[in-house]
Amino acid sequence: MHEYGVTCKVIKIAEENAKQNNALKVTDIFLVVGDMSGFIGESIQMYFDVISKDSITNGAKLHIRVVRSELFCDACQMNFDRPKFSFECPICHKNGSPTQIGKEFYVEKIEIEV
Amino acid sequence: MSKEKIEIIEDIYKENNIIADKVNKELNEKHVYCINVMGSPGAGKTSSLVQIIKRLTGSTAYVLEGDIESDIDTILLRKLGVEAIQINTGGACHLDSLVIENAIKGFNFKENGVLFIENIGNLVCPAEFIIGEHIKMLISSVAEGSDKPYKYPLAFEKADLILLNKADLKPYIEFDYDFYIQGIKALNKDATVFEVSAKTGDGFDEVVKWLNIKRSTKN
Repeated sequence: MHEYGVTCKVIKIAEENAKQNNALKVTDIFLVVGDMSGFIGESIQMYFDVISKDSITNGAKLHIRVVRSELFCDACQMNFDRPKFSFECPICHKNGSPTQIGKEFYVEKIEIEV
Repeated sequence: MSKEKIEIIEDIYKENNIIADKVNKELNEKHVYCINVMGSPGAGKTSSLVQIIKRLTGSTAYVLEGDIESDIDTILLRKLGVEAIQINTGGACHLDSLVIENAIKGFNFKENGVLFIENIGNLVCPAEFIIGEHIKMLISSVAEGSDKPYKYPLAFEKADLILLNKADLKPYIEFDYDFYIQGIKALNKDATVFEVSAKTGDGFDEVVKWLNIKRSTKN
């Protein structure tokens, strides 16, 4: 259920942009999904296949680029990839704080046939 | 027929965020302070609201009660004289700003009111959507275990105020308070944490004092 609403939004964004560019068909949709965004690519794909049927996006290939989340270490003054199940900086072992990297959730571009 | 690439970069939350800003503006015009109440099912969201509302003096409280099904909490709040409206999502796991924009039309707000939006019991996606609130209050409880900031980081990262409820149960369960606080501090240095018991009312005087200061220093 969780991804249903956002998949509708992805389709709507693609449709609006396709219409503005006089597309006959949307062939590809490129999504960027941070791994801390709370949304799962496979699940978006599953809903997409169902919801897009009556849309200009029907049959489009969904490309999902996952962005790994990064934390910021105050002591080392640098970002590091968030280790699984921890917030710990791999260098000084202090806890890092969240950044915006890994929370992305946007439609990057579409490819259309005109 | 030819192929074209269209650059978009459009945030999927954009529409939700635009409506949330509109809701927030409308509430500001009416001098209503809005608190998005999050927490897992059974953490004690409604019972914490009862304790807070009892202590709010000089302000009218309003509650939008979000649940997948049922109006049990709304009936309880109304019995206590609280203006409450039920939102049933019928399966959706969080409230979004469009739902709130429509639901608040049901209130005739008085000035200096406080609107509590009790989100769906869920530690995951309510944290992902702004819905017009001034602050997010997370109700967590010792019964859920001290590892929750590590398992559900976003909810703790986004919260302005965190209540650790059911503190009266501490003698009966294993709860590593330091581990819990360390997780919160890593995620959210600015969050204020209060230990409370919605059963006994302990800790809620401090919570309401904090809320009143926060409300009066808004903007």
